[in-house]
Amino acid sequence: MAYHRIAALVIRHLYLYRRSLPRLMEIIYWPFLDLVVWGFITVYLATFQGEMPAVVTFLLGALILWDVLFRSQQGITISFLEEIWARNLMNLFASPLTPSEFLAATMVMSLFKVIAVSIVMSVCAWLFYGYNVFIIGLWLIPFIMNLVLTGWIIGVFTTSLIMRFGQEAEVLAWSMVFLFQPISCVFYPMEVLPSWLRAVAWINPAAHVFEGMRGLLATHAPPLTSLSLASGLNLVCLGAVIFWFHRTFNVCKDRGSLVRVGE
Amino acid sequence: MSSAVVEVRNLAKRFGGFTAVDGVSFDIGRGEILGLLGPNGAGKTTTFQMMLGLVTPTSGTIRMFGLDLQQHREAILQQVNFSSTYISLPYSLTVEENLSVVARLYGMSDIAGRIDDMVKKLEMGEWRHKLTRKLSSGQMTRLTLAKALLTNPKVLLLDEPTASLDPDIAHKIRAILLEERQATGLSILYTSHNMREMEEMSDRIIFLQRGKIVAEGTAKEIVARFGQADLEEVFLKLAREQ
Ligand SMILES: Nc1ncnc2c1ncn2[C@@H]1O[C@H](COP(=O)(O)OP(=O)(O)OP(=O)(O)O)[C@@H](O)[C@H]1O
Repeated sequence: MAYHRIAALVIRHLYLYRRSLPRLMEIIYWPFLDLVVWGFITVYLATFQGEMPAVVTFLLGALILWDVLFRSQQGITISFLEEIWARNLMNLFASPLTPSEFLAATMVMSLFKVIAVSIVMSVCAWLFYGYNVFIIGLWLIPFIMNLVLTGWIIGVFTTSLIMRFGQEAEVLAWSMVFLFQPISCVFYPMEVLPSWLRAVAWINPAAHVFEGMRGLLATHAPPLTSLSLASGLNLVCLGAVIFWFHRTFNVCKDRGSLVRVGE
Repeated sequence: MSSAVVEVRNLAKRFGGFTAVDGVSFDIGRGEILGLLGPNGAGKTTTFQMMLGLVTPTSGTIRMFGLDLQQHREAILQQVNFSSTYISLPYSLTVEENLSVVARLYGMSDIAGRIDDMVKKLEMGEWRHKLTRKLSSGQMTRLTLAKALLTNPKVLLLDEPTASLDPDIAHKIRAILLEERQATGLSILYTSHNMREMEEMSDRIIFLQRGKIVAEGTAKEIVARFGQADLEEVFLKLAREQ
């Protein structure tokens, strides 16, 4: 890995964001809008506080954490799409840049996005609803780290599909993550799923993070089991999708389709 | 050991059942300009892309600086660059930002000084702070050439580098390339559909047809061998034989 090449790609994306309103909206406006809508729903539900304790903490917390995963995935996939739209893949991969360095740069971009979106959402939740995301405590940090990793898994997976199948697969950049939402058990416990789907959800690291968060809020017990499961599954799945990305990259080079992606 | 900077041996590429490049071999010496001629679909771009590591050959080898491209991709590509009328750089960045990203990607030192040199050499001063989206096609061609020369390559692959330039700028570009070759020993593989340019620029020419080399030599030798008046006539004769 050559750090100067990773840095070059990150700088290229920062130049892009610096003067692009739609790209800044992706980081500030849309997460803000998400929060406003869910905030009002939560405020409404809170009027039943008696029957549903902790509902506010629960829904807003879940929403913010879900957005972490979503933006982390987008950070990877959109960075790849930007290169397709700019017809820049040929310039990049005819340089000494390696596919691993390329992925590393998209991961850095993903981290930048997650940090920006988390700050925007946490500040807004606090300003508008008096909601303190740190109610979850320091456990928030490993939760977020795990969700970032799951976002990378979905992001690298989606990127490989787009690289392999081209323009028709571009829509997956926005839709793929929602395929994972029902089995991430963001807003409900895993046990409400039918047993076959529960088995699928169990493999999804994000489901353990949300289970852990609910457990922590309900019992205040350290979510060690959930976090260990999430971390283990994340590492295995991330290794697998990175391997698959490299394989797809080589298949595309063999078919001569690498520089034609998106055409 | 051979003194050739580039050694291509029995290079072939099949896409499914279709053979795009079929057993091509050639060398490029230090400071040599090799012209690659051929009608549409002859396999020129595929050959270029294999030499840039973007397409994996079905068989054959590509060696540069004595190293095999498959095994030493990074070390080789660090010293190679390319330009084509058909590529661009990201539209949403300015000319200078694009050059700066390329310089960083290749780990150049004194980036600002190097960009200043290129801007002066290719007369890009008036539009160096412009967004790339706002360039004319001729300006874009100059920018992609600047990005190719910026990294001090030892081997340069140029796919129709003057196709969209006005005659004055095209002339200047040819002069810059010849100057660069003189000063640094740059080796160039060159394609163009402008036969006069091909004759003027190339030390040697290889003529590709349906993926195979059908003629090789200096422009004069090729013209004499086919008994034609000039390279254009040879091209027409060979292309129409297809
Ligand atoms: N990825 C691919 N899959 C299938 N066929 C391909 C692929 N790339 C190129 N070809 C075919 O290989 C042949 C050679 O194409 P290539 O682009 O190398 O020709 P060329 O000499 O550069 O032509 P031109 O002067 O038009 O640019 C063409 O028939 C083309 O259709």
